[in-house]
Amino acid sequence: MISKWLIKENSYYDSVTLMIITKEIEARDDVENAVVVMGTDLNKDLLRNVGLLNDELNKTTANDLIIAVKMKDESKFEEIVAKVEELLNKKKSDGGEDYNPPTLDSAIKYMPDSNMVVISLPGAYAAAEAKKALENDKHVMLFSDNVTIEQERELKELAVSKGLLMMGPDCGTAMINQVPLCFCNKVEKGNIGIVGASGTGTQEIMVQIDRFGGGCSQVIGTGGRDLKKEIGGLMMTLGIQALAEDDNTDVIVLVSKPPALEIAEKVLQTLKKCGKKAVVDFIGGDDELVTKYGFIPAKSLEDAAYKAVALAKGQKAEEAPLFTESEEEIDKMAEEERKKFSPDQKYLRGLFSGGTLCDEALKLFTKEFGGIYSNIPLTPEYRLQDNKKSYKHTALDLGDDEFTVGRPHPMIDSYMRQQMIMKEAEDREVAVLLMDVVLGYGSNEDPAGSLADHIKLAKKNFADRGQHLCVVAYVCGTKKDPQNYEQQINKLKDAGAILMPSNAQAVRFAMKVVRGL
Amino acid sequence: MKVNELFKEELKVINMGLGSFANDLKSQDVAVIHVDWRPVAGGNKKMASLLSKLKGK
Repeated sequence: MISKWLIKENSYYDSVTLMIITKEIEARDDVENAVVVMGTDLNKDLLRNVGLLNDELNKTTANDLIIAVKMKDESKFEEIVAKVEELLNKKKSDGGEDYNPPTLDSAIKYMPDSNMVVISLPGAYAAAEAKKALENDKHVMLFSDNVTIEQERELKELAVSKGLLMMGPDCGTAMINQVPLCFCNKVEKGNIGIVGASGTGTQEIMVQIDRFGGGCSQVIGTGGRDLKKEIGGLMMTLGIQALAEDDNTDVIVLVSKPPALEIAEKVLQTLKKCGKKAVVDFIGGDDELVTKYGFIPAKSLEDAAYKAVALAKGQKAEEAPLFTESEEEIDKMAEEERKKFSPDQKYLRGLFSGGTLCDEALKLFTKEFGGIYSNIPLTPEYRLQDNKKSYKHTALDLGDDEFTVGRPHPMIDSYMRQQMIMKEAEDREVAVLLMDVVLGYGSNEDPAGSLADHIKLAKKNFADRGQHLCVVAYVCGTKKDPQNYEQQINKLKDAGAILMPSNAQAVRFAMKVVRGL
Repeated sequence: MKVNELFKEELKVINMGLGSFANDLKSQDVAVIHVDWRPVAGGNKKMASLLSKLKGK
């Protein structure tokens, strides 16, 4: 193997663009390793790990593009560089011919009436730009992570003092004035406002509201740490106050992982003051506390949406049925699957792209089965020793840091999930594969298509050894999403997957199939 | 509160970072400009901090 590299000084490209190009180059038969990155410290570690770092590359800066390849035939390097350049140029031209100012200051001068700044820069630079935006009276959606909690506190205090939104850091989902931002589904307009501290949790509630015939007014993201003591729910509180004053919002939905008690009380007190009806989903948290304040707790993300839609229509908030189909029909479907297993097939394996959807699966499963192994376990004894090796019942959040080093998130790129599907297909003890497929802006343009062949192949592996693999899938999307919802559903069905209409129902069905095996 | 003013305005976005977020907005006819951002002082944090202090003066 020969290592070749090229440095293009002062050529900045975003990390997702470069990750997608790296993947394309690495797929070539004549390439063993390819790394197309900016010369940041993190990327130098990546180069070191695959044995491609040298003194020259070590001197590069975050503004220099590196193309480094380990390959069989050195004469192909020029061809590879040409391919990288072609892909980079294609990306640039996709952006159109518009004027792209070089700094935030010049962008503000160019569009003085801009009101929202969306920031997805590397974490080390993101906070400074967010601060600048707030100082210029712009609302901020900060998608970037790796922003310190002290910086988050400072940014949010500044935002609150000015009455501005400071959504994030690590905020993936928001919808302002019916415009989906970053990772977000397109839903019907309506009178339900959401303040969410968890990305795919918020997406699932939006999608289910749409499915139940309701609609959303505004969806405010807070970032996952907002309800931690250090931040004290600054943005959730501001979000509630804004929805309280919004004439188009009649019902408020809050969604977050269970906060510390004092923060939960603070948030619920703010909600109480606003006087609107509300559903609160502190996923797996304290229902009694929510009821004490006169609000309605939710049993699942789907249930939160179901109850919110009822309230929005002026009806009583009943609990969502466990299944949309009759339970008799569901039992029959589960039994059909169970009949086909061999005696050694016992386990559920969840391969999730949405962190909150995985978390919901862990909570629903643990309630009935006592526990499930994971890379984001509910209790330490269920932490996997090796996150890439499932053990007994396992559900993985493939969007967690360990799986995304040097790769785009699984909602953008299915590579890691394809690998994990094939890995599970080697295990004779697996009975059910459970998967989420998240549609909407930001997500892969054909996520179901990118998984369908691997699902078919996995099922064939089982069939070849006289076994049966049950695949349960849920498509978190609406008919208004850019991916074509019906086609996505059909691609999974054609691959042999059983489709359920919510994440909670998919988990419950999967549990029925593996119960007592 | 400024947030409530925002709810009544047309959303106009400045995007910094992933170009795909700007393209998604453009495809929905939302007013957006994408900043051709690059790290200040080539990512040299010490130099960037010095420059930022100079600018503040």
